[in-house]
Amino acid sequence: MFLGTIVYALVNSVILALMAIGFNLTFGISGVANFAYGALYIFSAYASWMLMNLLHIPYLPAAVISILLTTLLGALMYRFVLLRIRGQVLSEVIATFGIGLAILELFRYLGFVGFEYTLPVFIDRSFFIAGTYVDMQRIIIVIAGVLIVVALWIFTHHTAVGLAFRGIAQDERTALSLGIDSDWIATLSVSFGAGLAALAATIIIPLGSISPGEGYDVLIKALAVCIIGGLGSTGGVIVASFIIGFAERFTDSYIGSHWTMIVSLAAILIVLIVKPSGLFGKQKELEERI
Amino acid sequence: MKKRKERIDRGIKARSGDIFALSSWREMLYLSAPRLIPIIGFMVLPLVLGDYWQKVLLSVAVFALLAISWDILAQSGMISLGQALFFGTGAYAAGIFNYYWHWHPLISIAAATIAGGLLCTLFLLPVLRLRGIYFSMVTLIIPLMLVRIIEATKIFGGTEGLTGIEALSSKWIELYLAMAVLTAALFGFRRMIASDYGLILKAINDNDRSVINAGINIYWFKTQALFISACVGAFAGAFMTHVYMFAGMPVFALDYSILPIAAAVVGGPGTLAGATLGAFILVPLSEILRGIGGLRIVLYGLFLVVFIVALPEGIFQYVQRKYHQFERWVEVE
Repeated sequence: MFLGTIVYALVNSVILALMAIGFNLTFGISGVANFAYGALYIFSAYASWMLMNLLHIPYLPAAVISILLTTLLGALMYRFVLLRIRGQVLSEVIATFGIGLAILELFRYLGFVGFEYTLPVFIDRSFFIAGTYVDMQRIIIVIAGVLIVVALWIFTHHTAVGLAFRGIAQDERTALSLGIDSDWIATLSVSFGAGLAALAATIIIPLGSISPGEGYDVLIKALAVCIIGGLGSTGGVIVASFIIGFAERFTDSYIGSHWTMIVSLAAILIVLIVKPSGLFGKQKELEERI
Repeated sequence: MKKRKERIDRGIKARSGDIFALSSWREMLYLSAPRLIPIIGFMVLPLVLGDYWQKVLLSVAVFALLAISWDILAQSGMISLGQALFFGTGAYAAGIFNYYWHWHPLISIAAATIAGGLLCTLFLLPVLRLRGIYFSMVTLIIPLMLVRIIEATKIFGGTEGLTGIEALSSKWIELYLAMAVLTAALFGFRRMIASDYGLILKAINDNDRSVINAGINIYWFKTQALFISACVGAFAGAFMTHVYMFAGMPVFALDYSILPIAAAVVGGPGTLAGATLGAFILVPLSEILRGIGGLRIVLYGLFLVVFIVALPEGIFQYVQRKYHQFERWVEVE
């Protein structure tokens, strides 16, 4: 029981990290809190589902196409909406929230609710680890999570675009004076964030089914992890997802499943009140509280 | 030939705006019409509408109050994404007063307004120091958390909610109570915002550190603004509890957070009148569109985006400008 809980907590932590990392990338680089994030996650899952079940495209190309579509949607969202209100944080929040709401509720309206809306697992097998059964998909999630984090680190530290990303994150005006087009980089950051959401959806959704309500949950989980870890800090995201992941699983096993959501929400509240920039956030004391 | 748009105050505005030596009925009407139209409208509407639209009018008033409550907070520099917290707390407070202690509906509404306001202020007191988006995130989270807590601990009827709450004695009392409170809130808080007290609140929004520099305790003023706004929201919730004779988990629903923001954004944030106007546009619109079901929320989402991007000042400011000023194209020299 105890070891099994630890194994599942580990998987849960990686899932949380995958869900949060795209949101974190966008916020850390362009400062846009993309509240349409959960909607983009669900959008890509439904896109894969439709490509597979309506157009009968095999799973792998369907997943790739839907990830590319979501990335494109993110870029369009920045170009046509966010660019005009850039820098006004609360307008950005309201606009992205509006977009997210529109996407999710559109799917709900079109009747995309039910257990048949699910994506296939990659490999249908399960293993016996530490006294519990763990299916192949969960192991793939852990491996993919590690690979994505490593790939993201290499991308931001050793490629020209990645360095430009970090450049505008540090100081947008200095980056401009060095010839980095900050609008273009911000577009990329929003679309990469969307792409990561889609990638996470492709890997995680096979565990459950697709539903519009899931979009809000993903947004709240991504927010929770990012707030606790510190908005814009990748190390913080990983640590925070382990904290929440373990806390959730252990409350689920030992207290009751009703309490899992409350644990993460309470964790956010406490962190926000005590240290709004999060455990690993860069101190920007005057911007966040007075 | 390049041209630019020039805006000039109308003559009647210049004559009647500052110097109150009114010489004609026309000038008096010009000044009083914007105030009289809503007041007369609020008084006459309940009489002319049918049964169904009277119910709609009630929810218009409730959402207008929530939007006003959002706007008061927003003008004091606190952007809330969770008006449902105020609404739900007020609703549950009224439910508890009436269900467990059997208080008369009017007393229970009044008590729930104050109790809800106090409770919400206590909930948000620890995060008053947070600014901008951090405050918004907390307000988004708290109503969600309260729902889960009610679900997990099964207090106050749990998922079933409190049913069989006493209704107000007649629909006319319901209608005119809602209209009276809306009128009082709209004009009262507009006056409050225009006073020196409101000036401090707006200054906190513009630049909080310079207000601190002026030797003013901004936390005390923010607490007061929060309490006022929470009371308005809690009244809406308590009132709705007695109209629907039910208080349960749906009172913390996303609708009560999103619609007031949409109303304020569409109508024009920062004026209170804009928030009311927004509610009077959006709620009936959503009733007309009831046939399309869930698509309504999609439309709200799109409304938010379009208005934030294309008309950030909102309808009210736009109309107000047209009322007071005329525009003409002049050549650029």
